[in-house]
Order: sequence, then C-alpha cells, then structure tokens
Amino acid sequence: MSDAAQPHSEISSTRDYSLTGASSRQAEEVGLAAAEWYHSDVPRKTMKAMMKRRDGPALRDTAIWIALHILFAAGGIYFWGSWIAVPFWLAYGVMYGSASDSRWHECGHGTPFRTRWMNDVVYHIASFQLIRNPVNWRWSHARHHTDTLIVGRDPEIAWMHPINLFLKALAFVGFVDTWASFKTLARNSLGMLSDDEKIYIPETEWPKAAFWARVHLALFALTALAVLLMLANGMGWKSAIPILLIGGPRVYGCWHMVLTALLQHGGLPEDVTDHRLNSRTLYMNPISRWIYWNMNYHIEHHMFPMVPYYALPALHDEIKHDLPAPNTSIWDGYKEMMGAVMKQRRDPSHAVRKTLPPTAKPYNEFLHKHVPDRSDAG
Amino acid sequence: MPWIDAIAADDVEEEDVIRWDHDDKTYVIIRSPDDEFFCTAGLCTHEHVHLSDGMVMDHEIECPRHNGIFDYRTGKALRAPACEHLSTYETKKEGDRVFVNVP
Ligand code: FES
Repeated sequence: MSDAAQPHSEISSTRDYSLTGASSRQAEEVGLAAAEWYHSDVPRKTMKAMMKRRDGPALRDTAIWIALHILFAAGGIYFWGSWIAVPFWLAYGVMYGSASDSRWHECGHGTPFRTRWMNDVVYHIASFQLIRNPVNWRWSHARHHTDTLIVGRDPEIAWMHPINLFLKALAFVGFVDTWASFKTLARNSLGMLSDDEKIYIPETEWPKAAFWARVHLALFALTALAVLLMLANGMGWKSAIPILLIGGPRVYGCWHMVLTALLQHGGLPEDVTDHRLNSRTLYMNPISRWIYWNMNYHIEHHMFPMVPYYALPALHDEIKHDLPAPNTSIWDGYKEMMGAVMKQRRDPSHAVRKTLPPTAKPYNEFLHKHVPDRSDAG
Repeated sequence: MPWIDAIAADDVEEEDVIRWDHDDKTYVIIRSPDDEFFCTAGLCTHEHVHLSDGMVMDHEIECPRHNGIFDYRTGKALRAPACEHLSTYETKKEGDRVFVNVP
C-alpha cells in the first residue's frame, strides 16, 4: 500500500463492487469519484466537425438492421422443419440479441441520429430486445462514463474479481443474464429498486422505471400467450416461433455482444482516470464493426462520447498518435485479455499496461498513487 | 444588475460556445446559428461538467459528459441525464462586443 493511502488503511483492501459499500466510500475519499479524466488534444474545429450529427448514416444502418430482422425471420419461418432454417434463426438471433446492444448504447447517448425522437425510438426497441429497463440502464451507463471501472462507483464492470470463468463462458448463451433481467423487470414493475439502482437513478425517475418494466413485461406476456394459443391449436413445435422471434434471441443470439463487450475493459486496470489505461481499442472485421457500430474504438468513445459511431474512425485517426497501439483483431484482443485474466485469477492487482507511442502524452496517473493496493484481494 | 463587457463577437463562431469566467463564477456564451448571443451557467446541472466543451446544435447545447441537452435560450433541460434547468443571463451586442447582464 502506498504511503498516500495509509489514512484509508482501516478500509477493506478487498473489492466491494456494490455502490453502497467500502470501495465506494474509499473511491470518494481518494478523489476517484467523478474525477478529472485525461483527454487527448483535438482542435475545437476538428472536434466540432466530428461531433456533427446526421440522420443519413443511422437511417441507412437502421433500415438494413430492420430489413435483416425481417429477412432472417422470414427464412426461419419459411424453412421451418428443415435444417436450412437453422442458419436463418442464428442470423436473426445476432440481429436481435447482439446488434441491438450497440443500437441501445449509441441511441442511449443520443448520438446516431440528428433527430432526437429517432434516437429515442431505437433506444426503446433495443432496450426491449435486450430485456433492459430503459430507465435504469440510461442512468447506470451515465455512471459508467463518469467513473469507468472505478470499483464501488461503476455499476457496469463486466470482469469483477474474483473472476468466475464458468459464468463468463456461460454468458455467451444468455440464460443467466436473461433470468436476472426478468427478475429485475419484475422487481421494478412492483416499484421496487435495488440499493444500487437507488444510488444512480434519481428519485424523480423511479416511477418511469416501474412504468417501462410493466410495459416490457406486458409484451413478454403477450408473446407467451401467443405460444399458448398456438399450442392449444395443435401447432406443436411451431408454437416456439413467437419465442424464437421475441425474447429468445437474447439467449441464443447474444454471443456476438458478449464477444465484443468483454473486450472493452477486460484485463485492464481498475481505479485509474485515463481511458487509455482502462479501455481497449482494437481493429476488427467489417461485419463485426457493423454489428457493433464501431464501438471497437472504445478509448475514443469514452474520451469523447459526443462523437457518433460513424465518426469514430476519423477520431481514431486524429488521436491515434496519443493512444497505445490498437489490438489488430478480435483474436489478438482475446489473446491479450485472456492472458491477463488468467494472471488476475491468482493476482487481482495484475493488469495489462500498454506502452504509449513516443508521440503520446504520459498516462494521467496523478491520482493513482492514492489508490490502495488490493494485491491481497481475491 | 450590471452589464459586463464579456467577449468580442468574433471570439466564438456561429453555432458554437465559449467559456467565460467572471467574478469567481463560470458561464458559457453561445452564438446561435442565426447569429444571436446567449449566456447560461457554465456547468451542467447533472454532474457540473463544463459545457464549453459541449456541442451547439440549432438552439440546443449538449453536455460533453453524458449528452444531456439544454435549450440554451431558456435553460430548459431537454434530455436526461440533465434534468434540472440551467440559469440563463441576458446578453446584448454593441459593436463587436457582447455584454452579459449578470447578478
Ligand atoms: S454532466 Fe452533463 S449530462 Fe451528465
């Protein structure tokens, strides 16, 4: 533990990821909560051009996204009973259960469309697809941006220590998450919020959280009713179609979302205030980039959340001299991340620390000397 | 309330924003696309991030941290997580100078 951290030695050195526990208090005491984060220098004129919103690119991509839903679902239904239906359903699942995540994310920021209501409509559709309460997640994501990977402050940390690799592998089929999401919706629909939710959602928004939870549950109830009616009409296995169309893809189609989301911060250090340290930018194939709406430029997104997804490649070019070299592919990112994760299972204080190019400004580590050493955690 | 000579009109481009500090307080002065000047409190009402790094689009300013949006003519918060309204201050242009009426 560093000298500077001595005054906090009475606080537990293990991680407490809840937003109401010792780590949360500790983060506030040492100034890690709502801290000043590093930003690369970008001339105002250039930044203004990059922040510019246009409806065109998002309308095009949303039209393709909707068309692919319809095409793949139609193929799955048309070829029902034959193996040819399987790839159609798998592709439909990715549109519904994975591409929805990036649409949810970007539209939650309000950046893809210039017209505000278009962002809101896509945000609500994608929230429903992901079984996410649109109110809760808007606020949890705001907190994720304020306090990215700050233990006890960020409600969206994907890799919590001690790491359970079995659960991580299971996340590629979304059973556990889906079950947890339904439990949250049910709880919210009764007007009940968890202690963490009460921390990051302002009280004025609580009734809205209950309202949207009820709307989502009502739509899922209608889906279940459709299945029952089809069964009652002797439609046999075909009665599974409503669930394959609605809700089910959150399980069988989420693998691409998990594949890319785990890379965002996996293996990188907690409790730092420089996104170049705790976020990962990587290059990836164009199909994944389209599904993921360019969130592979993750450092850039965290530094400048006002830049829409279609301008992130240009932003990357503008500031890459100030960033660690990107991983060259999803595979390359996984090699780096999993190497670090395996070490973190024995030593949670381990993290990948990437070398900056000579053209970059040094890492913003002013605050870090105050952060308690948690090497005995785990 | 005194009118304070704040900035030169050319200090800020059309549809853009500039920070202005006065008397230990911080503000933003915004030049609208129709070449009018507006002044609001400088810090977002959500988490007190400075709006001078934000984006001006039409008659709205977007906060750089969580994309909260305000109508800078009235200060009205238009998009969560910005929920509380911003204070606004009168401005006037005289010659090439912009004056703000601050308390
Ligand atoms: S700080 Fe402005 S919207 Fe959060």
